Amino acid sequence: MPFEIPFVQIVWWAMTACAIGGAIGVVSSNNLFHSALFLVLSLFGVAGYYVLLSAGFLAVVQLMVYIGAIVILVLFAIMFSRRMMKPTEDEMNRQWLVSVIVAAALFSWLIVVVNSVSWPVTSAAPTADTVLQLGLAFLGSYLIPFLVVGVLLSAALIGAIFLAREKVEAEEI
Amino acid sequence: MDPQLVTDLVVHTILIVIVATLLMGGFAAMTVVERKLLGRFTLRYGPNRVGKFGTLQVIADMFKMFFKEEVVPDHVDRAIYLMAPGMALVPAMLAFAVVPIAQAPFVLPFEVFGYTITVNPWIADINVGVLYILAIGSLGTYGVVLGGWSSNNKYSLLGGLRTSAQMLSYELPMGVALLGVIMLAGSLQLTQIVDFQNAWLGLRWFILFQPIAFIIFYICSLAEAGRAPFDLPETENELIAGFATEYGAMKFGLFFGAEYIHMIVVSFIMATLFLGGWSGPFATQVPLLGIVYLLLKVGFILFTMIWVRASTPRVRFDKLMKFNWKFLLPLSIANAAVTALVAGVIFF
Repeated sequence: MPFEIPFVQIVWWAMTACAIGGAIGVVSSNNLFHSALFLVLSLFGVAGYYVLLSAGFLAVVQLMVYIGAIVILVLFAIMFSRRMMKPTEDEMNRQWLVSVIVAAALFSWLIVVVNSVSWPVTSAAPTADTVLQLGLAFLGSYLIPFLVVGVLLSAALIGAIFLAREKVEAEEI
Repeated sequence: MDPQLVTDLVVHTILIVIVATLLMGGFAAMTVVERKLLGRFTLRYGPNRVGKFGTLQVIADMFKMFFKEEVVPDHVDRAIYLMAPGMALVPAMLAFAVVPIAQAPFVLPFEVFGYTITVNPWIADINVGVLYILAIGSLGTYGVVLGGWSSNNKYSLLGGLRTSAQMLSYELPMGVALLGVIMLAGSLQLTQIVDFQNAWLGLRWFILFQPIAFIIFYICSLAEAGRAPFDLPETENELIAGFATEYGAMKFGLFFGAEYIHMIVVSFIMATLFLGGWSGPFATQVPLLGIVYLLLKVGFILFTMIWVRASTPRVRFDKLMKFNWKFLLPLSIANAAVTALVAGVIFF
């Protein structure tokens, strides 16, 4: 081979461009619908990272839950509530200074944490059947947290239905 | 770069091009087949002017689509408006990537530049195949939602809204119904699911053990593909074609193609998950027979889908939601629970 193509690096850079470019698009776009679409791009970049890290299950769940359900719900809400095509949405509101400070603090704290942790590196090949391992972990050593999360989610679900239910019984058609 | 990686990339690219082309061809064929069959179901002839029995109708339609003027209305959100048909078409095709069409990898009988080339009868055999199908299925919503919103038109917006609600709702019973299959096969990988069904002379199909799951999956697939009686996103008599109102020429053609390709791919998936995929008598010994079996099963499912369209009226939107949340979802959960109990008793 006359030249070397670092294939994984190319994909990594493309995914990084998606994730960061999408995130910048979310905050800089002045159309709420476009912001939501940029969020899709950003989440897609993260899903790509999971694939590169051989975490196929997480990547697919990221696609299914975040892009396939949550952003669709966001778009649903925007389509319901906003005037169509109103491009004059202000990117800034009066709390922008507070947000900048909080975001900067969070970012610098993340950098400190990332730099101070010694990330364990192994040369071993990734586990073959990750789905099986995940299933065993969920129903084995992490059974209690798994059940607690399940109870929490059902509580949120039932609470949401209770809050949103119609006050007057609708006539059965 | 590793020569193995290069050959893999080249082989995969060629496979992807072949699959995409065949799917487009399938779409073209389906447009004629559907109209012929609908004609027969309603005691008409269907298209019969162009070519023998109207078989060349598709070429006439294609020319019409391609040579119409590409109109982009002034009031649309241009970038998203142009993106939407592609966003509808691509996810519909993507799901095909994990479908195995035969059992074993096929080694080319000649060497290419000194390399032995092995061609897999699938594009990607990932170990989360079933989840991948569900995830890609949920991406299919975007095309219609983007088209509906960017058209800047009340009817299109309503079509987009209906789509997002309908698809989000029908994904749930679809996924839960598949739990039964996953539990019995013990894997999310499509090749292993087919291998399980390849016992008993290739007739141990999941439809025998999971008939309710199959029916739920079938109904939800119709809803996900936006087929009658669940074609609420594009109801021509109340929303004047809904999301597709502002689209003309080949842009409409792409939406149209997305619906048919979605239908074809979902039939392949249904055949693979419930009807044994390529498996059948002697399919292990004669791999070519497996492909024939698979195509026969897919053809049968497509035929029933057209049959359903010809014989059922469109459901009302609130009935659609009620049917999903109050009937399909509880039924699919009950099916999964019973399967888990029975499988637990038998296997452990």
